[in-house]
Amino acid sequence: MSSLSATIQDVFNEPGCGKNANKSEAERKKGCTKQLQPGGAAGGCAFDGAKIALQPLTDVAHLVHGPIACEGNSWDNRGAKSSGSNLWRTGFTTDINETDVVFGGEKRLFKSIREIIEKYDPPAIFVYQTCVPAMIGDDIDAVCKAAREKFNKPVIPINSPGFVGPKNLGNKLAGEALLQHVIGTEEPEYTTPYDLNIIGEYNLSGELWQVKPLLDELGIRIMACISGDGKYKEVASSHRAKAAMMVCSKAMINVARKMEERYGIPFFEGSFYGIEDSSDSLREIARMLIERGAPAELMDRTEALIAREEAKAWAAIAKYKPRFEGKKVLLITGGVKSWSVVAALQEAGLELVGTSVKKSTKEDKERIKELMGQDAHMIEDMTPREMYKMLKDARADIMLSGGRSQFIALKASMPWLDINQERHHAYMGYVGMVKLVEEIDKALYNPVWAQVRKPAPWETAGENWQSRAMAQAEAEAAALAADPVKAEEARRAKKICNCKSVELGVIEDAILANNLSTVEGVREKTNASGGCGACAVRIEEILAQMVSASHAIAAE
Amino acid sequence: MANVSVSKKACSVNPLKMSQPIGGALAFMGLRGAMPLLHGSQGCTSFGLVLFTRHFKEAIPMQTTAMSEVATVLGGYDNVEQAVLNIYNRTKPEIIGICSTGVTETKGDDVDGYIKLIREKNAAVAHLPIVYVSTPDFKDAFQDGWEKTVTRIVETMVEAPKSAARRDPTKINVLPGCHLTPGDLDELRTIIEDFGLEPTFLPDLAGSLDGHIPDDFTPTTIGGVGVEEISMMGQAGWTIAIGAQMRQAAEAMQKKTGVPFRLFERLCGLEANDALMSFLTDISGRPAPMKYRRQRGQLVDAMLDGHFHIGGRKLAVGAEPDLLNEIGGLLTEMGAQLLVAVTTTQSPVLERLPTEEVLIGDLEDLENLAKAKDCDLMVTHSHGRQAASRLKIPFFRMGIPMFDRLGGGHQLMVGYRGGRDLIFDISNLLMADHEDNHEPTPDSWRDGVGPSHAATSH
Repeated sequence: MSSLSATIQDVFNEPGCGKNANKSEAERKKGCTKQLQPGGAAGGCAFDGAKIALQPLTDVAHLVHGPIACEGNSWDNRGAKSSGSNLWRTGFTTDINETDVVFGGEKRLFKSIREIIEKYDPPAIFVYQTCVPAMIGDDIDAVCKAAREKFNKPVIPINSPGFVGPKNLGNKLAGEALLQHVIGTEEPEYTTPYDLNIIGEYNLSGELWQVKPLLDELGIRIMACISGDGKYKEVASSHRAKAAMMVCSKAMINVARKMEERYGIPFFEGSFYGIEDSSDSLREIARMLIERGAPAELMDRTEALIAREEAKAWAAIAKYKPRFEGKKVLLITGGVKSWSVVAALQEAGLELVGTSVKKSTKEDKERIKELMGQDAHMIEDMTPREMYKMLKDARADIMLSGGRSQFIALKASMPWLDINQERHHAYMGYVGMVKLVEEIDKALYNPVWAQVRKPAPWETAGENWQSRAMAQAEAEAAALAADPVKAEEARRAKKICNCKSVELGVIEDAILANNLSTVEGVREKTNASGGCGACAVRIEEILAQMVSASHAIAAE
Repeated sequence: MANVSVSKKACSVNPLKMSQPIGGALAFMGLRGAMPLLHGSQGCTSFGLVLFTRHFKEAIPMQTTAMSEVATVLGGYDNVEQAVLNIYNRTKPEIIGICSTGVTETKGDDVDGYIKLIREKNAAVAHLPIVYVSTPDFKDAFQDGWEKTVTRIVETMVEAPKSAARRDPTKINVLPGCHLTPGDLDELRTIIEDFGLEPTFLPDLAGSLDGHIPDDFTPTTIGGVGVEEISMMGQAGWTIAIGAQMRQAAEAMQKKTGVPFRLFERLCGLEANDALMSFLTDISGRPAPMKYRRQRGQLVDAMLDGHFHIGGRKLAVGAEPDLLNEIGGLLTEMGAQLLVAVTTTQSPVLERLPTEEVLIGDLEDLENLAKAKDCDLMVTHSHGRQAASRLKIPFFRMGIPMFDRLGGGHQLMVGYRGGRDLIFDISNLLMADHEDNHEPTPDSWRDGVGPSHAATSH
């Protein structure tokens, strides 16, 4: 496990990561000691994250070393698409039993690798470590090494047992495994000045293919997409690319940055969500390739293509604009990508009434403010009841979110659209944007809403559960409004740091009592942001607010 | 009859099986105001949550003790305590159901001891029902987790009646296996009530996961059987257990309360439901209502109409033991041959299956055997869809998870009506497959190239 903890340290030292840059050296060292809240946590583990990041490599056999839960409960649940091999959709697991737990599972793992090679002969096998074999001390690195030598085939250990941390850490550990064992181990058959890597794109619902034809038309070759629709050999020889685009998810920033460091491949962070973002990304790709030796005429061709595609997309969207007049959208996503979706929706003429920023960085928030104005309604975290009330009060006509919160909208009989990974439609690039607009239109104007909102024949007005829920919410709000003491209590009780469970009031008191002005100071006194560090941005905001408030008082 | 063997492979390919703890968690979801809590790392819960959400298309209550690497090594007392208190404070559950996982079992956490200590230290939860079940992921399967959990609920929550005189012969306990859908439970409830009896289901997924619109935003389960109702189950006249997996729970009930039980290993098909009707007639003293006499006729008619299509079919089924017994039994009675039977875990019912070989294996085994034996109908959960499409044979979805079709929770199997509908659905599937893929052409009988699987096999 020592190499794993070293890798985790390394990941947490990532200079490209905004969250870590905010931490002191001592805090960074703590790395993965982030304690999730028992009984109040949701979301996947590091193993989940690693598998999500790598599974879209389509011709690789992904072998999960662990008890049946890790693969049996989870396989085949992602909508990435492949243009070639479908081996990635096959679930492989050692399904270890009691005997393996007692005597060790390494033999079973080795035999499993052999069986896979005999039956499927994939170009490589990725072996995922999970909690139980990690605990009993199965050394998957050694087994993979032995298998690699015996079968003369890449067998890659992915060291990210679930209990080392959350999904996001797993993404990064997956990236480290690629850097350590895959990238740079093979040579491409040929190279061109137009070779591009795309990093952190998973080709969900085949989204990448909405953009690929444009790149093809420009003569730009996707040397490797890591990992959507990726093939092992492509990733292994991706170190010969001329430039890289990191799709806005920050999951694999370590891969992009280290490839720049090791192989001199410059990267930029871009997005293909929304028309203008797509255009910007295409321009940036062309610019970087030209910088690395592609002929300058590439830019002219890129501009011509952008002009043509934008015109087509605007024309397709234009007819929806009158239908979206006055329609309001509530956007609840994991947060990392919310600004790019905000831009996309505004292009369609929809009004954004709120967007979640739970996982957004300071820069993300700045971009949202740029797009939506200073009064942007940024939602840190919203209770189901609040989301429901927003929809019911018609402050929003439709909710766009991940599958987790769909039932709030649906049970409130309000339109909802899936924009998360389980979605069935692809929304990338110019055509994807038009598709998103089409889907929103379909959802908003579906006659089903009028049907499902009809009261049952035996119901009297105001007696159904929706009105009861609304009445209850209103009564609570009224109680708070009538009682300033209670309202203040409720305000102060808002949880700022989820990892260490620190409330707003505690932080405010600490700032006032100790005259704090930095996040470090707050962390020292309250322990807030001592976990994942995601709330550092929020603490900065609190600090800024209190400083400006104290200035105002001083000025009076 | 059937010879049961276990797959010799080191590597399981395309798992059919799911883990014990989430089987246990699902059982807790059939209790009202319950919060299932998996004692393990975050992913253990998250995977189960996603699986159930995709299957039931409902918000699913499930929590985790969020064990980190360090906590796992040091032992999980603090995490269990914090989880219980957090859940208690945030969601005010009527009961918390804890299932262990692979990590915490490998470490050997004494959760029963923890619970005792938590109650002593925290007055707020001193009397909150908390049920713990040991369900390591590296042993047994989904169905076993359900079985152990229901048994444990009976052992810990049902109260022994103070005197035999307090028994109410019209009250009936029903212990359904995890192979029954919420739709099946509703059907059974109607049947039992039509005999003037009052059933209590444990667990009662029909009340909680049948897709109804909730009354409020409760983060715990809605509907389901209440803690109070469970404690009174000892006063019932009879216990009906469905599926071999429920024998243990029924025996626990009898041992604790003296309530006699009748186990129905199957409730799908004509004979199985005749047995149920006779039993209900006996214990209620009422004849079967007219409605069921008509439904029996409809089932018989459906069997006559369906046997043309199902008869002679070479069947490959991958399912947990009790579901395998139900569907394999029905289709065999309709003239199909159960040539390939793959299951997840040991069960006494396997030996009684109408087939020669039963394999405890995975979907790769199911696919390979189905190919080798030239099967022409595959039945398993949604994960089998890739195999069926590679083999180009009709595919009927049954069991959990059913994520790529709607209505899995309402699929009906029990009762005369359930059998009738199932026969129609499968027959229609086979007819559509014939129209799409096996209509004869002028070349059909030339050079032995036949219009159907039957012809190609020669």
